[in-house]
Amino acid sequence: MSPEQQQQLHGVREELKRDEAEAVAEAEATTGPVAVAPALCIELEHVSLAFDHPILVDLDMAVATGETLLVLGESGMGKSTILKLILRLLLPDEGVVRIFGEEINHLSFAEVLEVRRRIGMVFQNSALFDSMTVYDNVAYPLRENTEMDEAEVERIVREKLEFVDLEPDQVIDQLPSELSGGMRKRVGVARAIATSPEIVLYDEPTAGLDPMTVETITDLIKKLQRELGVTSILVTHDLRAGFKVATRVNLLQAGRVGFSGTPEDVVASTDPYIRAFINAS
Amino acid sequence: MAGSFAATLDARMRGAALGVNDYFTLAGRALRFVGSRPFYWRDVLLQMDRIGVGSIPIVTLTGTFTGMVLALQSSVELQQYGANGFLGALVGESMVRELAPVLAGLGVAGRSGSAIAAELGTMRVSEQIDALQTFGTDPIRKLVTPRLIATVLMMPVVTIILDFVSILGGMLIALGAGVSADQYFRGMWQMFAMNGQILGVFPKDFVYGILKPLAFGAIIALTAAYYGLNTKGGSESVGTATTRAVVTSSVLIFAVDFFLTQLLLVMMGV
Repeated sequence: MSPEQQQQLHGVREELKRDEAEAVAEAEATTGPVAVAPALCIELEHVSLAFDHPILVDLDMAVATGETLLVLGESGMGKSTILKLILRLLLPDEGVVRIFGEEINHLSFAEVLEVRRRIGMVFQNSALFDSMTVYDNVAYPLRENTEMDEAEVERIVREKLEFVDLEPDQVIDQLPSELSGGMRKRVGVARAIATSPEIVLYDEPTAGLDPMTVETITDLIKKLQRELGVTSILVTHDLRAGFKVATRVNLLQAGRVGFSGTPEDVVASTDPYIRAFINAS
Repeated sequence: MAGSFAATLDARMRGAALGVNDYFTLAGRALRFVGSRPFYWRDVLLQMDRIGVGSIPIVTLTGTFTGMVLALQSSVELQQYGANGFLGALVGESMVRELAPVLAGLGVAGRSGSAIAAELGTMRVSEQIDALQTFGTDPIRKLVTPRLIATVLMMPVVTIILDFVSILGGMLIALGAGVSADQYFRGMWQMFAMNGQILGVFPKDFVYGILKPLAFGAIIALTAAYYGLNTKGGSESVGTATTRAVVTSSVLIFAVDFFLTQLLLVMMGV
């Protein structure tokens, strides 16, 4: 990230903190003390990670509550790795990952579970459990993480399937192998939002889908933003779909954020690398 | 050239040492979850059905033919000395004490070990294991511990079935060689009785034949889980993991069989 962009990111953080402080002061003046969620719900500071070779190098990234961040970059740049760091499926070699203001690097397994319960993940190939029916797939996070009785679980499973425009009675008894790619993806979204998470991460949600189904999935992501107000990070190579839903774009270059701006800023950019990336996509 | 060879050897030795460390770490964690909550008992029952009941056809066929061929080869030799009456003792002793546990181990490693490695490998490459983790599930608790318990519990059962069918297979050949069923079984029981009992009740040969499968069950489940969970890449690597799981389990079964036999001989005598 260039010094100007770092400054820009710092500016955004400061502005959000100021807005938050002002909102708290205003609310407290009328209704007394109030608890306010941190404005930045995902922060990666100076994060470095290497496997055989460096993947992320001193990466800084921040996502504000309610924002939909599109992460772009060439294959192997570490886009999916960022999602795994946020879920603490991976630990950074250096740097800090904060979720809802809490540093997650050193949390115990039980504490990490508490954080993960507030995050939903839509995997590249849906990652539905092959041996379970659609019903059991969507019910899985509820059964694992809550004390709900089965009637309540069934009510929520049906509600979530309807939210992703699937007819519950038609799909609940089917196995993932019996579904089309688009239906699998929608079941994956229903499972990700089963516990009503505050953050939803999408890893290539439109990969391998036909244009009509891409449209359906894109609409679904927008519906999630609109109706549930979730904070999202979207990793995709599909710029058209990504630009439709994103409020901000981060472009990874050499293991760090090389560009940060709105989708319009990306389109208007004259930077040769960004132009080449957009044209190639 | 020599430096490059030394570096390669060093890297391989380090890799092997890390692999052994990871294997025992996996074993330790899988065992630690045996008595703690949440315990996935439904998965244990499902795996017992798959591993135990599912292995019955292969062990039945393997056991029957092994018992038959053992009796056939032995009857040719024994007939020369007019000692066909020992056929039951020879088949029973060989199968119960040594062959049935090893054959059951190899059969279950080939059938269920490969299935475990392939299933966990596929779950790894299709991110299903990552998905489990995002829902707060420990994959070892959910996937490895139930398979470990099921394999350890079902291996003795499978071995007893193999004992039974191989002894019956041997009897068919004995009948053809002019040995009556009564003579065949009496000779066998006399041999079991002669070898002594543990606690004055359990024939030593049976105890030998039941203890070994417990160890083989643990080897099969842990080796398959180890290779399955460490699968990297695509579908090709799932195939590689499956092959490695079966080959390693089979070699470990033979090696552990030798050391376990030594140990049991020292502890319990002949």
